Amino acid sequence: EKMQRRQSSKTPEQPSQVHHKTQTDLSAWRKGGRTGPEKSVQYHQFPNNQENDTNQGSLEQALSYFKKVQDRVSLKKNNVLQDHLTTVESIALQRGLPPEGIDVLLNVALSGKFADTVNTRLLKSLVPASVVPESCVVSSVSWLCVSKCSGNIQLLFLRWLITVFDFIDHKEQLHALYGIFFSFLQDEKMCPYVCHLLYLLTRKESVKPFRIRRLLDLQSKMGMQPHLQALLSLYKLFCPEQVTIALPGKTKIYFKNSEGPWKAAINTIRQRNQEKSPVSQVLFLCTAQPRSRKRKWNTQLIIPASSTNQNNLEEDKEQNHVDLYCMNESFPVEQLQTFSQLLQNIHHLEFPSQMGSVLTNPLLLHYMNCIKDESIYLRLYYWMGQTLQEECTWCVADNNKYEEEFKDFLETVYKTECFLQEGFSSCEVFLYRSLPLWDGCCCQSQVLRLLSWIPLSSFSETKSHLYDPMAQLFFTSSLYFKCSFLESLKELLQNWLNWHVIHLDSESDSQVPSLTTTLSELVNVVAELIHFVGWISTVALRLENNPTFLLYFILDFYETVCDMYLKYNLPLLIMPPAGVFYPALLSMDSVSLNQLCYIMYRYRTNLVAAKENELSKKKMLQFKFSRQTYQEYNQYITAMVGCLWTSSAFQKDIHPQGLHMEDELLKKTREQEFKTSFNIVYHPAMMGYAVLFLQQAWPGDTTFNFNLIKKWNWYLEYLYAQGLKGLKVFIESSINRVSQTS
Amino acid sequence: DPQRTAFLLRKQWSLYSVTPLYRFCEARLRDYGRQLGAFIAAERQKGLAVEVGVELDVKVAVSCLPDLKGSEQDQAALLLQLSTRSPTSKKNSEDKVVWLGWFCCVAGDELSENLPEDFTCLPLFLVHGAERYTAIVGGWFQKTFDCYFRRLTISPLSLSWMAAMWAGCKEDKATSAMELLFSVPCLPQPLDISYAIHAEDAKALWDTVQKTPGEITQEEVDVFMDCLYSHFHRHFKIYLSATKLVKVSTAIASAHSDGIVKFFQSQYLTGVLMLLTELAISQIQ
Repeated sequence: EKMQRRQSSKTPEQPSQVHHKTQTDLSAWRKGGRTGPEKSVQYHQFPNNQENDTNQGSLEQALSYFKKVQDRVSLKKNNVLQDHLTTVESIALQRGLPPEGIDVLLNVALSGKFADTVNTRLLKSLVPASVVPESCVVSSVSWLCVSKCSGNIQLLFLRWLITVFDFIDHKEQLHALYGIFFSFLQDEKMCPYVCHLLYLLTRKESVKPFRIRRLLDLQSKMGMQPHLQALLSLYKLFCPEQVTIALPGKTKIYFKNSEGPWKAAINTIRQRNQEKSPVSQVLFLCTAQPRSRKRKWNTQLIIPASSTNQNNLEEDKEQNHVDLYCMNESFPVEQLQTFSQLLQNIHHLEFPSQMGSVLTNPLLLHYMNCIKDESIYLRLYYWMGQTLQEECTWCVADNNKYEEEFKDFLETVYKTECFLQEGFSSCEVFLYRSLPLWDGCCCQSQVLRLLSWIPLSSFSETKSHLYDPMAQLFFTSSLYFKCSFLESLKELLQNWLNWHVIHLDSESDSQVPSLTTTLSELVNVVAELIHFVGWISTVALRLENNPTFLLYFILDFYETVCDMYLKYNLPLLIMPPAGVFYPALLSMDSVSLNQLCYIMYRYRTNLVAAKENELSKKKMLQFKFSRQTYQEYNQYITAMVGCLWTSSAFQKDIHPQGLHMEDELLKKTREQEFKTSFNIVYHPAMMGYAVLFLQQAWPGDTTFNFNLIKKWNWYLEYLYAQGLKGLKVFIESSINRVSQTS
Repeated sequence: DPQRTAFLLRKQWSLYSVTPLYRFCEARLRDYGRQLGAFIAAERQKGLAVEVGVELDVKVAVSCLPDLKGSEQDQAALLLQLSTRSPTSKKNSEDKVVWLGWFCCVAGDELSENLPEDFTCLPLFLVHGAERYTAIVGGWFQKTFDCYFRRLTISPLSLSWMAAMWAGCKEDKATSAMELLFSVPCLPQPLDISYAIHAEDAKALWDTVQKTPGEITQEEVDVFMDCLYSHFHRHFKIYLSATKLVKVSTAIASAHSDGIVKFFQSQYLTGVLMLLTELAISQIQ
């Protein structure tokens, strides 16, 4: 059985162990003569396999020697012992020892047959190659109880046990020995190590009133000792109704480095084997929190640490009295470290005593996503609302020193909202209250990003609480601020639309009528936002003199707007105002023009789909797009076709704010070729491409005679190849090119 | 019974607002006392563990004050008392009270109405004693019941309401004067102006201002204060309306804008607490 276990722990990278299968005949090696330390050194120069085989053989010999030792043997003048000891040491450091080797050596080291120097060397060689069998730990403990070995060896053994704790294959019998380990606490020298061991072993059922009292006695005898603090903290975690402790802020390392001489060797072997090693238990009790400043007790911006709700623990206890078989023991949130732990314990997990702590605990956020309970949100609402109000750096005097901390906090709140895909109502209330006082600079990027998570439900307030104060800031702030704000509003629109889509899905699932917001209310709110953006964009483009940078963010917003019907199933389409459309159409930059082409193509697709639905009278008949929307679209399309294709921008445009000009007026400008000044070749945004195209098509021509570009098909292919995908879909969908292609 | 709340009078109380307590249970006050006692001991000697339930040098008593209620819906007030036994005094001598704190809710329907079952509404917290104890006790409540404590300051507007309300109260012995304290802003050195009015004069003035007995409007409060200001201006040529009202002191109670109050009359205790509860709730919501 042991062999099997050993083999199963092998990895393919270790050819030596594959070989080992055949190396069972010890006698064959004995015939080979003595394998002393000198020889094993020699063997190092041989190829790996042979070296390993040799090592393996000498290890077997050494082990069988140590197994058979009967009486006390002294090291001096005993060459055989010396040789075997050296063999064990060198192999242990190189490759580690197999489980049965550890068993043999532990037994002999703790039995007191050798002098302490030998025992120490043996113990120091106990580097496990795979696992440490629980049975050998149990027998070691019985050696300890009969005190055959010296105090130093006992200490060394305990340090070893702590280091290899995670390599022990089972732990049930060890848990049964809890009381025996506990009794070792009496020994003053052993106490720190025993505490560490108990810390690793302790489970909730190990905590008993008499043990608490014993530890408190020790504490009063020895004073403040980090190892006692650690163990008592763990006891407090499991049974807060029986014992409590507050750790000073600086406390961090509870146990002295008890890793001893083994850690380095274990790590080397682990790396060589590259196998997944047991994850060593992390100290999770660190309650110390960084405090960057000293302020009044109740005005510190600290997100609380996750800790178990003591209140609930006690209630559980009371319930257990009634129903002993009820296994409703809750899992302490302090111990929740990995996602798999969350999955395993999700049925008996409790939220921490302070809900605010979930903000920095992604695992609990996952849990929060699964549990829909009003009290969770209410607790978070109060905590977050009060913290935001109290710590706001522009609403509360004297807080401006702490802007960095507040920034971090807002950042954390924002990240949590992104994680949950949901805005907090406390945050919304905070924004509405504080935006009228905001200077637009303090925590700028954080506040702007938080805006995007304002929930959809409370819309009646957006105009007076959000649009009005933000419009004032928008018009008086930098270009960068304007773009950031538009970006936030785009995110806001997308979040609302996503919410709507998810809501539709869940509604069709559950067949339950809509909650609070009806579709018409939703349409009104979204329309209000889009009209607001249209208005501020028009003004901003004039204020800033149509910069491409700003235009990009505005058109980016409309990329979402133009697809609302098809992509988000919302019966609403709103065209951009002329103040946005014409600057984009007449832009000097091909990026803007291309973006506009794409947007107009999507408007067309959405409108066509709406018309088809309307005609087939399938659905959403109460939300017909108004004639005005189609009319506006047609006006814009006419202007675009005139501008890009038919060279009739000034004649065909019929939009009241458009480019239409009487021929008389145009003649007065004395511009010779006004007729051709706007088409796909002459448009200022396209002329750069036209020049490049000319250079490639007619390399010798230096006259820049654009009239040479007669076959627009070639030219178009060239433009599409340059990445003007928006232009491509627009022309292919909106321009009748029958005459061109034929 | 005025005797049972007499110990609350003539002490200086600092005010806090507290968000609703989560999973607070009135039947477990003894338990809470034990837990809090051990917590205080552990916090005072950080790093040493303390067994819950043993006798400690600071004793915690948690009890109810059922008299302090505005309506049946209100949660009974909760009193916390920390006392020490000095080593020099005799065995049977009484413990020395070192810190007092109480939570209350007088006519707090606005907040308690819509709360789920798990939450207990005690939005006003009053403290008398060293801040280090306040910090520990507050910390324990925040940890245990997931609530949030904030200092409750009183705005000049609320102070003027108090001045008007308390001026109109009937007193048996109208001895003490009503005193208003104003602070002058924007000066290199702080300058305070104290304005004292005979209680019967203040009452007489208020009686001429108030139209319907038992009802007060913002307009009446403004008129009352304006009368006092113009009287002051006639004598000293100082516009008090340009200063900030920071303290009101009458025979009923006194209140400072920093959030410090004193009560003087048992019969008006719940009346004053009702106003303070309202202020606390508006800070929470």
